[in-house]
Amino acid sequence: MANDIISPENLVYKKPTLMNDTPMHYCPGCSHGVVHKLVAEIIEEMGMSDKAVGVCPVGCAVFAYRYLDIDWQEAAHGRAPAVATAIKRLWPDRLVFTYQGDGDLACIGACETIHALNRGENLPIIFINNAIYGMTGGQMAPTTLIGQKTSTCPYGRDPKIHGYPLNITELASHLDGTCYVTRQSVDTVASIRKAKKAIRKAFEASMNGLGSSLVEIVSTCNSGWKLSPVKANEWMRENMFKKYVKGDLKDTTGLK
Amino acid sequence: MSKIKGAIVVNTDRCKGCQLCIVACPQDVIALAQKKVNVHGYPYVEPANADKCVGCASCAIVCPDGCITVYRKKVEE
Repeated sequence: MANDIISPENLVYKKPTLMNDTPMHYCPGCSHGVVHKLVAEIIEEMGMSDKAVGVCPVGCAVFAYRYLDIDWQEAAHGRAPAVATAIKRLWPDRLVFTYQGDGDLACIGACETIHALNRGENLPIIFINNAIYGMTGGQMAPTTLIGQKTSTCPYGRDPKIHGYPLNITELASHLDGTCYVTRQSVDTVASIRKAKKAIRKAFEASMNGLGSSLVEIVSTCNSGWKLSPVKANEWMRENMFKKYVKGDLKDTTGLK
Repeated sequence: MSKIKGAIVVNTDRCKGCQLCIVACPQDVIALAQKKVNVHGYPYVEPANADKCVGCASCAIVCPDGCITVYRKKVEE
């Protein structure tokens, strides 16, 4: 029975062709894989596979160039928007985007990010916010929630000692250079479809020269949070969405 | 009457057994393979109730590693 269903004419969904067969180093259930898939699908649909240049961060997504068959440039920690600015100014016809985590974008690269967004550099920035430094062993990040336990704040984040969580997407929505600022997640099928539309809109806004855009993806880090992938999604929905409310914060693109 | 029938193929070598697809599946088709691991030492999922599959592709969309290929066909009854 199943054998006559499994044939190329009945194909509904397969791994995007831009994503190669290299096994990903991400932990089981990591949101990075879903976002990689979305980026690959969108570039394929836009027909930009020969003209896309991604800029990798330092963090878990540092090896993104191993998994997606497009051009990549590695940047120093946090400096991806600065490197992408140069690439986009020299090659305005290329689809240049950066893919950064919260430690990279909101901490060490906060200056580069805010200024690149404020200059309106026609860059889409994909911001993976999992409220923790995933790659280095689960340390506290600027986006860590109050009361959240990490390896460097084992009694929970206390604002008196560690300060308050930084809501960088909110900040970006007040900058004049940005045309599209949104916050999405990739935990359910519906939210993944919405996130895909958001990334696509950011890419199109960049190619139409409308300004910079920031797509924050509220993600999980099940290894850092010490939860199973399914429990991590539940924890994210219960706790992260209260501080990081999903939805469009700014949209002046006029694109659908 | 025609009926929609689906089928999934899991790339077990790529699967890491995160079980997000098991939660996403509305028909309870997918289950973790019992006491089996792949070449990387990860447990993996398999279509345990393959007959129930409707080919909605929910499992494949949520899969972080792109392990699942989905097929769908109209079957006359």
